[in-house]
Amino acid sequence: MMSSPKPVEKLSPKDFASDQEVRWCPGCGDYAILKAVQKILAEIGASKENTVFISGIGCASRFPYYVDTYGFHTIHGRAPAIATGVKLANPDLDVWVVSGDGDALSIGGNHLLHTLRRNINIQILLLNNEIYALTKGQYSPTSRTSTRTPSTPMGSLETPLAAAKFALGSGARFVARTVETQQTHLLDMLRRAHRHNGASFLEIYQNCLVYSDGVFSNFTAKDVAADKQLLVEHGKPLVFGRDRERGLRLKPGTLDIEAVVIGKDGVDEADLLVHDETNPGLAMMLASMHRKMMPIALGVLYCDPAPSYESRIMAQVEEAKSHSTNGDLNSLLRRGHTWVVKDKQAKADA
Amino acid sequence: MSSSTAVKLADGKNAHRELESVVVRFAGDSGDGMQLTGGQFTLATALAGHDLATFADFPAEIRAPMGTTFGVSAFQINFGFHVASTSGDEVDVLIAMNPAALKVELKNLIPGGAIIVDVGCFSARLLQKAGYERNPLTDDTLDQYHVIQHDISKLTLQAVKEFGLSKKDAVRCKNMWTLGLVYWMFGRDRQPTIDWLKNKFSKLPQLAEANIAALNAGHAMGETAEMPDDSTAYTVQPADIQSGLYRTVTGSEALAWGLVAGAELAGLSFELGSYPITPASTILHILANLKEYDIVTYQAEDEIAAVCFAIGASYAGSIGVTVSSGPGLALKSEAIGLAISTELPLVIVNVQRAGPSTGMPTKTEQSDLYQAVFGRNADSPLAVISAHSASDCFDAAIEAIRIATRFMTPVILLTDGYTANAAEPWQIPDINKMPRFPVKFHTDAKNFAPFMHDEATLARPWVKPGTPGLEHRIGGLEKDDTGNISYNPANHQRMTEIRAAKIAGIANHIPLQTVVVGEETGRLAVVGWGSTYGPINRAVSRLRADGLYVSHIHLRYIWPLPRNLGDLLAGFSQVLVPEMNNGQLLTLLRSQYLVAAEGLNKVSGQPFKISEIEAAVREQLEVQ
Repeated sequence: MMSSPKPVEKLSPKDFASDQEVRWCPGCGDYAILKAVQKILAEIGASKENTVFISGIGCASRFPYYVDTYGFHTIHGRAPAIATGVKLANPDLDVWVVSGDGDALSIGGNHLLHTLRRNINIQILLLNNEIYALTKGQYSPTSRTSTRTPSTPMGSLETPLAAAKFALGSGARFVARTVETQQTHLLDMLRRAHRHNGASFLEIYQNCLVYSDGVFSNFTAKDVAADKQLLVEHGKPLVFGRDRERGLRLKPGTLDIEAVVIGKDGVDEADLLVHDETNPGLAMMLASMHRKMMPIALGVLYCDPAPSYESRIMAQVEEAKSHSTNGDLNSLLRRGHTWVVKDKQAKADA
Repeated sequence: MSSSTAVKLADGKNAHRELESVVVRFAGDSGDGMQLTGGQFTLATALAGHDLATFADFPAEIRAPMGTTFGVSAFQINFGFHVASTSGDEVDVLIAMNPAALKVELKNLIPGGAIIVDVGCFSARLLQKAGYERNPLTDDTLDQYHVIQHDISKLTLQAVKEFGLSKKDAVRCKNMWTLGLVYWMFGRDRQPTIDWLKNKFSKLPQLAEANIAALNAGHAMGETAEMPDDSTAYTVQPADIQSGLYRTVTGSEALAWGLVAGAELAGLSFELGSYPITPASTILHILANLKEYDIVTYQAEDEIAAVCFAIGASYAGSIGVTVSSGPGLALKSEAIGLAISTELPLVIVNVQRAGPSTGMPTKTEQSDLYQAVFGRNADSPLAVISAHSASDCFDAAIEAIRIATRFMTPVILLTDGYTANAAEPWQIPDINKMPRFPVKFHTDAKNFAPFMHDEATLARPWVKPGTPGLEHRIGGLEKDDTGNISYNPANHQRMTEIRAAKIAGIANHIPLQTVVVGEETGRLAVVGWGSTYGPINRAVSRLRADGLYVSHIHLRYIWPLPRNLGDLLAGFSQVLVPEMNNGQLLTLLRSQYLVAAEGLNKVSGQPFKISEIEAAVREQLEVQ
């Protein structure tokens, strides 16, 4: 029986809010991210039934309960592995992984690495607050050295992990960074991440009011943001500063970049580097800039699509089918040497 | 009917010995191709109409140092009239390709048995490497055996001379020379092996021809050489096998195909997530080669990712499967708990090996029963079943998928290294005649709650993401019927009870326990599970032939146990539980039924011998 297709109703951001009361701390940065994601889902015309949010464990990982789509709150660190199973079983589903810095980079580091290098077509949102919040404030892999927490009363000793560098090193084909309080930029990045075919990795700096409040204020505070943020755009010069008077250039005679002031020391705009988001070397340099000496690069640091893992595995299946002379399962079981045993009567008669 | 496997000599004039069943063991360096040679002999033997069972006994090292005792790789085959999935106790014919193989394997040879040796490999250096102070071929070591010695290395080089192979390649044909001789001894047809060689070396016809020449030369040696006496050619009774279409199958093959068949009977697509581990990897390899059957296999970054992949696949509406061995299962435990909590179907295959920790990866054991039944945090019940032989893996895999999908639960299927590598004849089923159990995905949005439970099975509805109107969230946090998080104390009590009752209730949907051999009551029941089936079966049959009232009960269902098992056990004065572990099913039976069962435990990495079980039963019966 045929039924005429119903006209697709355009859903609003509110339609993507579940009936569950959001239980993050008042003022948590996660609220802004949830709101932005719901907005983007409406904007891209996502259907509720074909969208799946998958998370691990941590504050960020409560995310799926608040989005009125399919959702799976799994176990610590394993969301990318479960998302891979979902995507390979049904490539038509639009799969989002929501994770935190402990979930994705500590206990789940291995899965993140391999999901990125395999290039499964999913969006991975890393809500980085540089702390273990749900377990009450221990330092995380992204916490800066000397961070004092209940588990590091004399200060943490480890070198923090730069998530974007990790992603680039893992072979990710889409790496972007944004800040939860900058809604327009956040929406832009979510849009880009979703549009990218393959694994997209979006790190969102997110303030934890309780355990790491102000940890990003050295580049997010209103009075310093313009001077400390470099919003990269493909094909445009790498310019920043309150009056867009500063920029990045290749430091002469080195393989390094430096921040310069336009008009000073004979530097003009033509000397500045132009962002090329398909250049992995440049992306790594932008991701590696020292936070004290240099601005922080936000935006799409790297985007160079390649065929997704699931499309390639499906292609292998199709190829195997096209070369196959085998039919059904019965023919599989009968491949190779078989023989017939006749019943006793037949044997006696023979 | 006497089921004795004792050797019965023919009346002297006949150059053949007539036997009811015979055990042949091929042993050599791990690079000598013994597994492959044994595989060919298995096929030829099956084609000759024998029942058979094989046992692959090889070291973990891919190429252990040449000539060492720890590098010996062996392949054993028991064939004849009635073998019942046991690879046999004592060896009748031993093929020892070097002194180390002789040193390691001689203890298994029956007095009066035959040994084929390659004297070309009995150099002073190799004798010393094997730990022989004197050459056992020239002293009295082998006095009680029939020794058939040829310089197989040299004869092989002569046989393949015309093909211009390198010396290394030429010498490697000696396994085919030996196989040719063994084929002559048992009257086997060489053609299937010739066909196989042509196919295997289709791109290297020189190698194919050389190997065939070696095979023929070995066979010709049997025909023409003067054997030490007249008892080195054998006739073994063919099996009385049910009519039908047959093939040989290994446990790994049967399991892989059973999983594919189970998915088809359930009407589901199939996704395998796996991480390489001995002895389970073979299943991954077999399935990876079945892409034309819409099989997706995924080699994950670790054991955890492998099971999580399978859970994701099941969540999305496929049947997710992961295959591993004990150490891998340990890593998967937390994720299995997630599948229990979210009530998703999942099949976890554990090809058990000797442990703990890394243990002895290539040696068999059945010591993961506790792990399967109890090895997770919290009250986290799931279904556990087992396979008792190579061919039985096919049916067990189908049953695992049936239970997983019908009851929305993870199912652990226990096999072991012995079963995985063993081969036996298998009557090929017709998939179109097998009962189907199609999964019905829930699509009705009316009165829907993701954790409402079916009255009969206590299964929750399976909803594919992509189904409009049924969007919901699930997770590992405790939830109420809606799937939403709940810390309500009464709810947690209720959900815990439902999870337990659901698994316990599976007992109402599985067959009652039957007795394989013997009466349903009696003096003593031998209760086994898994690959001990063959030796128990033969031992009980022999004991019964001696007039002892002994029965063999073999469990497929480990958890929940069949609902009549307690009553069945109560009908026996004594219960003996042979296991390749320290008494795990024994604990389960004692705790469930307060039965005074006794264990018979073997953890040597080797399967039980029939005689070991027989002796234990006799001892039990005398004690009383």
